Amino acid sequence: MSEPLLKVEGLKQHFPVSRSYTVKAVNGVSFEIYPGETYGLVGESGSGKTTIGRSIIRLYNPTEGRITFNGREISGKMDNATRAMLRTDMQMIFQDPMASLNPRKKVGDIIGEGLDIHRRAGSEKEREALIGEMLHKVGLSPEHAARYPHQFSGGQRQRVGIARALIMQPKLIIADECISALDVSIQAQVVNLMKDIQEETQCAYLFIAHDLSMVKYISDRIGVLHLGYMVESGTKEEIFSNPVHPYTKSLISAIPHPNPIVEKRRTSITYDYATSGIDYAKGTEHCVGGTHNVLGTDAEVAAWTKENRREK
Amino acid sequence: MQDNQTILQIKNLDISFRTNAGVVHAIRGVNLDLQKGETVAIVGESGSGKSVTMKAAVGLLDSNATVNSGEILYTYEDRDGAQKTVNLLSLTKKQLRTEFNGQRLAMVFQDPMTSLDPTMTIGKQIMEGMLLHKKMSKEAAKARALELLKLVGITDAENRFRNYPHQLSGGMRQRVVIAIALSAEPDILICDEPTTALDVTIQAKILELIKDIQKKMNLSVIYITHDLGVVAKVADYVNVMYAGKIVEVGNVEEIFYEPVHPYTWGLLSAMPDLDTNDDRLYSIPGSPPNLLHEPQGDAFAARNPFALKIDKKAEPPMFQISRTHFAATWLLHPDAPDIDMPRELKERIERSRKEAAKYL
Repeated sequence: MSEPLLKVEGLKQHFPVSRSYTVKAVNGVSFEIYPGETYGLVGESGSGKTTIGRSIIRLYNPTEGRITFNGREISGKMDNATRAMLRTDMQMIFQDPMASLNPRKKVGDIIGEGLDIHRRAGSEKEREALIGEMLHKVGLSPEHAARYPHQFSGGQRQRVGIARALIMQPKLIIADECISALDVSIQAQVVNLMKDIQEETQCAYLFIAHDLSMVKYISDRIGVLHLGYMVESGTKEEIFSNPVHPYTKSLISAIPHPNPIVEKRRTSITYDYATSGIDYAKGTEHCVGGTHNVLGTDAEVAAWTKENRREK
Repeated sequence: MQDNQTILQIKNLDISFRTNAGVVHAIRGVNLDLQKGETVAIVGESGSGKSVTMKAAVGLLDSNATVNSGEILYTYEDRDGAQKTVNLLSLTKKQLRTEFNGQRLAMVFQDPMTSLDPTMTIGKQIMEGMLLHKKMSKEAAKARALELLKLVGITDAENRFRNYPHQLSGGMRQRVVIAIALSAEPDILICDEPTTALDVTIQAKILELIKDIQKKMNLSVIYITHDLGVVAKVADYVNVMYAGKIVEVGNVEEIFYEPVHPYTWGLLSAMPDLDTNDDRLYSIPGSPPNLLHEPQGDAFAARNPFALKIDKKAEPPMFQISRTHFAATWLLHPDAPDIDMPRELKERIERSRKEAAKYL
C-alpha cells in the first residue's frame, strides 16, 4: 500500500475541568488513513469519536501523541506553510447543518469563504464559476447561491455543508455525524452523493457515526471506540464477520434488523464495562489476523478468540 | 379482559395550521385503530404529520392549529366499571388534563432532557402524577415510585430517587420518563421517537423494556418513529404515513414481507442492510412536498418512479389487499399495469424470509 495520508499515533486528549479532575476523552488512539479510502469511527456518545476528529483538524490541541498529515507533523507547533496546508487539504462536515451555516450569509458566500481566505480564486468571475460548479456537483443549482440557509431543507443544507468542504479540493474530509440529523430517505441521498464525490475526486473520508449499518455501508475500514480507547479495528469484513471484542459484539447485535420475525425473537447482547472486569488501560493491541486488531490483555484476547471459534 | 377490543379509534382526522406563509394542511384524513394490548407504529419522514396526529389525541396541538373534521374515539372503563366512549377532540383542555392525560393516555417524548424538569429530583417528578391524579398519600406514592424505578431497570433506586436529571445518563433519563408515564397506570402509552436521541445499544435496551412492561401491564402502545428497524422489533401493526395521509396499513409481516405502496418500497430499500454489498444505496428522489400548497392527485407522485398518469390527476383511494392490509396506490387498481417492487428489494425480502424461516 502507498504512504498513509493521515497517521495518528498514541493520540491523547484530556480536558482539565478543575485542579483535581480531568476528563480523559481520548486515551492513546492510533490509526492510519490512506488516500482515497473511507475510515469509519464508531462508538456510543462519550466514546471520544468527535473529539478525535476535532483534535486531528486542530480545533483542540492534542495533549499527547503525534499526528502526521500529508507527510508533515500537525500535532505540535505548526509553521505558516503547514497551517495553510492543513486548513486547505483537510475539511470538515458538521452534524447539524443549520447550526454550522451562518444564517446571515448567502449560501454562495458561505461556500466561497475558503476561496476568499486562501485567495484561491483569481477574479470575481472565476469565484462565481467555481461556486456554481460546486453547487451543481452536490445536486443544487447555481441560482441557489443567492439564497440564505433557512430557505433550504435539511438535506439541501447538508449538501451546502459538503460543497463548502469540497471547494478547497481537500485530500481528507472529516464527516462528523453528518447524516445523523437527516431523515432516512434523505440520508441515503447524502451518502450516495458522498460516495460519488469520492469516486470523482479521490478524497479520503474520516466518517464518524454511531449508526453501524451506515458506517458499514460507506467505510472500507472501521475503528470501534469505547471510553476513549480503540477497542477493535480492521476492515469492515473483519469487524462484521468476526467481531472479537465484547463491546463490538454488543454494538453489532444492537442494530435492529428490518425483519420482524427475526427481530421479535432476538434479544441484543448486553455489555457493561463496569461489571465486565475488563480494564482498557491494561490492554495492548493484539493482531488477530490481517489488519484486524483488538485491545485487551493476552488472556482476554485468547479467551475471546477461543469463544469465537467455538461458536463457529 | 376481552380481546380485540378497540380502545382508540381515529376517524377521518383533518388538521390544518395557520402560519405566516399561509394555511398548511398537515393532516388530510387519517384513520387509525388501536386494539387493547397491541402495539401500533406510525412511520414516516419528518413533516409527514405523525406527531401532530398523536398530539391531537392528547390535546397538545399548538394554538394555530384547527381541527377541520374527524374524531378521536377513546373507549375506557370508568370508575364504576361501565364502558364509555368519548371523542377526545370534543373535550375541553381542562377535562383532558384532569381526566385523561397522564392517567389514561401517557406520552413519552423524544428528548428526555427537555421533558424532565431540571430543578426537581426525579423522585418528586415521578410522584407528582400520582399525588395529583390518584390522590395517593405521600408515603404510598414514594413506595410506588421506587417500585416503578425498579420496574424500568434502575438499580439502586433509593439513592437515584434523590438525583436530579442532569446527574443521569441519557438512557437513564429516558427510563425515568417512562416511569413517570407509567406512574398513573395509563391504558395507552404514546411513544414519540422514544429512542432517536439515544445510542443504539441503549435504544435496544429501552425498546425491550417497553415491550416487557407492556406485557406486564397489558398496555396499548403507539410508536411514532422513522426507523423501520425499531418498527420491526416492536410493532404488531404498521401505518405508513406520507404528507398527512396514511398510505399503507398492515400487520408488521405484511408491511415488511409484502409491501405494495411505492413509498414503503422506498423506505425499506433506503435502509442499509448488514448483508448487502450493493454499491449504491437506494434513495427516494426529491424531498417531501410542501403542504402549503394542496397536492394535486397523489402527493407522492412527484417522487415516485412508478407513477402512472392518473397519479397526477386523482388521489388514489384505499385498496384492500387482505383483512388487515390496505394501501392507497393506483397500482392496485384492476386496470393498472403490472408493476412489481424493485428487484433489489425483492431479493432482500427473499433473504429476510429465509433468515426468518430459521426462527419459526
